[in-house]
Amino acid sequence: MMVGAKSPSASRVFHASRRSRAPGTFWTAAMAPAMLTALYAIFVYAPDERVMGAVQKVFYFHVASAWNGILAFLVMFIASVGYLLSRRPGWDELAFASAEVGEVFTTVTLLTGPLWGKVAWNIWWDWDPRLTTTLVLWTVYGVYLVARHYAGTEVTPGQGDGQDASRAAVQAAVIGIIGFADIPILLMSIKWWRSVHPVLLQGAKMNIAPPMAWTLGISVAAFTLLYVGLLGLRLRLERARREVRRLLAAGLAGKGVGR
Amino acid sequence: MKYLAGLLTITWKDITAEFRTKEMSTSMGIFALLVMVVFGFALRPGAEETVAVFPGFAWIGFFFAGLLGLSRSFVSEKMNGAMTGLMLAPVDRSVIYFGKVAGNLLFMFVVEAVSFPLYIVLFDVPAPQRPGSLALVAFLGTLGFVAVGTFLAALAANTRTSELLLPILLFPLAVPLVIAVVSMTRAALTGDFTDTASWWRMLVVYDAVFLVVPWLLFEYLLES
Amino acid sequence: MLHATGVTKRIGGRVVLDRVDLDVVPGEAVALMGPNGAGKSTLLRALAWLSPPSSGQVTVGETRLPAASPGARSQMGVLLHHTFLYESLTGLENLVLHARLHGVADPKRAAGQWLERVGLTLFAHEPSRTYSRGMQQRLAIARTLIHRPKVLLLDEPYTGLDLDGEELLSGLIRQFRDGGGSVLMVTHDLETGAAVSDRFIVLVRGRVSGEMAAGAVSRAGLEELYRQGRAKP
Repeated sequence: MMVGAKSPSASRVFHASRRSRAPGTFWTAAMAPAMLTALYAIFVYAPDERVMGAVQKVFYFHVASAWNGILAFLVMFIASVGYLLSRRPGWDELAFASAEVGEVFTTVTLLTGPLWGKVAWNIWWDWDPRLTTTLVLWTVYGVYLVARHYAGTEVTPGQGDGQDASRAAVQAAVIGIIGFADIPILLMSIKWWRSVHPVLLQGAKMNIAPPMAWTLGISVAAFTLLYVGLLGLRLRLERARREVRRLLAAGLAGKGVGR
Repeated sequence: MKYLAGLLTITWKDITAEFRTKEMSTSMGIFALLVMVVFGFALRPGAEETVAVFPGFAWIGFFFAGLLGLSRSFVSEKMNGAMTGLMLAPVDRSVIYFGKVAGNLLFMFVVEAVSFPLYIVLFDVPAPQRPGSLALVAFLGTLGFVAVGTFLAALAANTRTSELLLPILLFPLAVPLVIAVVSMTRAALTGDFTDTASWWRMLVVYDAVFLVVPWLLFEYLLES
Repeated sequence: MLHATGVTKRIGGRVVLDRVDLDVVPGEAVALMGPNGAGKSTLLRALAWLSPPSSGQVTVGETRLPAASPGARSQMGVLLHHTFLYESLTGLENLVLHARLHGVADPKRAAGQWLERVGLTLFAHEPSRTYSRGMQQRLAIARTLIHRPKVLLLDEPYTGLDLDGEELLSGLIRQFRDGGGSVLMVTHDLETGAAVSDRFIVLVRGRVSGEMAAGAVSRAGLEELYRQGRAKP
């Protein structure tokens, strides 16, 4: 097999990345109007809250991020199970990407919460079950990402570290699963534990005015689109990395890249 | 039967090695005591606020000491590839996990049994009203901590920076356990058990979850 | 007996073992040779199902791995680079541990007998930390054989042994083979290999490059097989 820029495999990588750019563009196109609509709804359409005023608007960002933080966590868990059962790198990449995006959303949740809490409760933080659960969620994500880093997915030049990479993926999947196991236990405690955190849904009825509910719905939808879009971008990056690693390993083994 | 025999063999091995070196028990015991000395400077013995925070501090002492033991727990298994030898034995590989859990549980119990009376004396806290319940709480709390800790220690042992990874993996996951066990210890010390049913439930559920999940996943940690 | 077909191991993107076929009949000892990095140790770990092959089949005795692999594990004696010893335990305790795990009847007596066979009775109650490399290797050999396996997988078993030790090990291997066992042994040493084996298999770049009867083996012949293996695409 010929080695060089014109080898079939190299051009395949090139075309693969071109192909996968299409959905990326689609999501960016869908995300922009969705986010703009959400911003319009939050700042123009939704009325100011009677007591708290404009500060209350942070709530739309807070709830939308919190929801996506949990969604991302669930995706990470499912992808981790999927990886252990199938050993397809795609699952591992999905878990990794979802954890990273989820950590960003959870960070936003943890930052916006106190802004609201300082005005509503006159404290930044309370050891309330929901707040504690979110903080634990955030640390578990963090630990997952740190552990991945320690386990070392990078290729050491001259070694073609494939073994380490698959071991790191197994370890990460195990952490993803056992970290997730913590969350139901904490969620159970919410029911038993006296909580100051407002409850949005009571039965089928929402505890806020209809325009606010609409605004919340729009921002949750827009943020979910944002999550999917970011996840897609992150996945594409991860796939490109894997391809580079593979080519590098093939190159280091002194074999044609076409193998 | 074969399962239990294998499990006990692995526990026997850890206890025999520990009896010979006494590495783990002495350092865990001394550490548990030192943590209390440090807290002793921060708190007035016998004061009302000391009694209020005592259960939390006591468990910080136990968990830190336990962490010390757990981080050493797989050193001997890595040395000379001894774990590979265990993997070659004709028994289900989760035996290794449960055998190590039983050993670590025993070491932690010994440390707790020695240091808890000392804690009570050092902080001049009233003697526990319900020693039976206290023992049960200590058992369930320690079991949960050791169950998840042994698993994570095995996981961390296979990474480049195991001693850094174990604490940051373990403590976030132990949060529900800490919350429940501290509340229950306070109840057992004062004899006031109002509103504690949910904490009992949480302790039991936590122990069950973190014995079953590692049992399912342990084999994956052994791969290379 | 040991029977392997199409054993392939991929690590990352690399193919480390490429469709290895292997057959060791009862009463046969086979030496596995090959240049560094040929995949010899990987092959042994794959056959012992410690690092399972990506594809291919391995049969030990009557059992195909990994079906009921806990049972099949009791038929294998595996000695790799590591000794698998616990340094805080004494020589006797190390053997008792493995005898118990393998369900040997009267583990203490079996351990005592094996310590005597490998000449370590005097040091039975010393922690294995205090043993020299050669003594540790003797202990590891006893550990490998204590549960009466049917198949032996040995990775450079002569490492660290003195002259007496080498003779002892060769004797044990011959005795095991003559008792109807199958031996697969990785070695770099032509003479010791020839002394105990019936056949040589040469592994180059993860592939079986060729084999020779022990009587016909020569340095030049081996080098030729290495060269052929490297030349293959």
